[in-house]
Amino acid sequence: MNATYQFIAEALFITFILLTLSGAWLAVKARILMHSVLGLAVCLLGVAGLYFYLGSMFLTMMQILIYMGAVCIVLVFGIMVGYTPRESAERNIMSRNMVLGIAASGVAAVLLFTVAIGRTVWSKAAESTGDFSIEWIGKSLLLNYCLAFELISVVLLVAIVGSIILARGGREEEV
Amino acid sequence: MQQIIDLIQTYSLLRMLIAFLVLIGIVFLNAIVMGYLERKIAARIQRRWGPMEIGVQGWLQMILDGVKMLAKQLIVPRDADRFLFRLAPLLCFTPVVMIFAALPFSKALYGINLHIGLIYIIAMASINVFAILIAGWSSNNKYSMFGAMRSVAQNIAYEIPILLSLLSVVLTTASFDLQKIVEAQSGWLWFAVYPNLFVAFVIYLIAGCAETNRAPFDLPEAESELTAGFHTEYSGFGFGLFAVAEYGNLFIMASIASIMFLGGWNGPFGLASGPLMGAFWFLSKVFVLMLVMIWVRWTYPRVRFDQLMNLAWKYLIPFSLVNLLITAFLVKMI
Repeated sequence: MNATYQFIAEALFITFILLTLSGAWLAVKARILMHSVLGLAVCLLGVAGLYFYLGSMFLTMMQILIYMGAVCIVLVFGIMVGYTPRESAERNIMSRNMVLGIAASGVAAVLLFTVAIGRTVWSKAAESTGDFSIEWIGKSLLLNYCLAFELISVVLLVAIVGSIILARGGREEEV
Repeated sequence: MQQIIDLIQTYSLLRMLIAFLVLIGIVFLNAIVMGYLERKIAARIQRRWGPMEIGVQGWLQMILDGVKMLAKQLIVPRDADRFLFRLAPLLCFTPVVMIFAALPFSKALYGINLHIGLIYIIAMASINVFAILIAGWSSNNKYSMFGAMRSVAQNIAYEIPILLSLLSVVLTTASFDLQKIVEAQSGWLWFAVYPNLFVAFVIYLIAGCAETNRAPFDLPEAESELTAGFHTEYSGFGFGLFAVAEYGNLFIMASIASIMFLGGWNGPFGLASGPLMGAFWFLSKVFVLMLVMIWVRWTYPRVRFDQLMNLAWKYLIPFSLVNLLITAFLVKMI
């Protein structure tokens, strides 16, 4: 019986990995912008599944709520406002750009492999053990890691102010 | 991995399967009952009879409508995105069943009990917007597009007051666990009795009405302007699933209101709330709230879009923020 459970858990893990990879592939490869964003959503859902596999229910739900429910929706909304009909969706990768792209990514891959991946000691992903409750997360965010938490909110504030300035600038030019 | 294995061991596979089948049945049954009630009450409010032909007082009408939808062809428009067009109704329906699994019908009657049940429900509910967007975009039709865009603007605006008003309850109980929140309201002290939480309750009801896309906030499917909004192109059971999911979302909205503010499965006057009586009290609260929503829908005219946005951003969000601050102050003081 325990082997069955093990099998189900492993199957879920492989499903999540496949979701993540196929979503990422679709996000990069799709020719229609909308499909790219939906691919991104599938990819993020897969990542949420991986959090679930590692035993952090709270992080899973936050991933779905924030990345799928907020970020992707705002992206889709942006695409819909600047709607391009299906016919004008064209290949944005020219043959010359493709050669350059392959060359650049090849160099980057070699560098990455020699510098980072080759030297990394791979350890097993940390499963949540012990007390990782919401209270623990809240206390550590507001006590131990308070500075990082507040700095992130400053970044968000800068983003909001910047977007307001950009939007206002656009409006004044039209007049 | 160990967590998944533990989860399966606590709720055995057979129990999960039965729970999901029963829950799907409940979602459809809810749609049938609510569809019939809505048509009958709408007719009563508009001084006409409503469905009368099939069965006594037309009570078989919705079942026959369901059979009709099953028998109809699912037409996909020529220029639509075929895969996404067919995916959208399923994507709208699945989260509804998943949320039903986390609702505590009574102390012993629930699909799954999560320690972050409330967050789970809110996260799953956010997928609903996605389904509407995909439906609207893949139809390749300007009415559907506009319906979907309105729906997103509305949902983003009204999600904030919903979360803020629910957060004041979470502050009071210091738990996201729905069972614990219900248990905290045993006896007469339902949360809607406290003045600050009563304000949160009213804000939640208004925002929830908008979140489920119902009149007077049903701009995503405003018939007079947009034909039928995001589901204009859907026929047969694609449309049927959207309708079922809409009533499912209404049920979820009402049941969260009754869990968070009206004591969930606690009976009034401290009456007994065993497994079955608890479910009875819970369902009666939910149905009273849903009947109020139907009543509101057929009484008030549709608001304009700027009025809708003003209501959310200028009134509901500031009010709920201030209310949250007052609640935090009270929780700290008392």
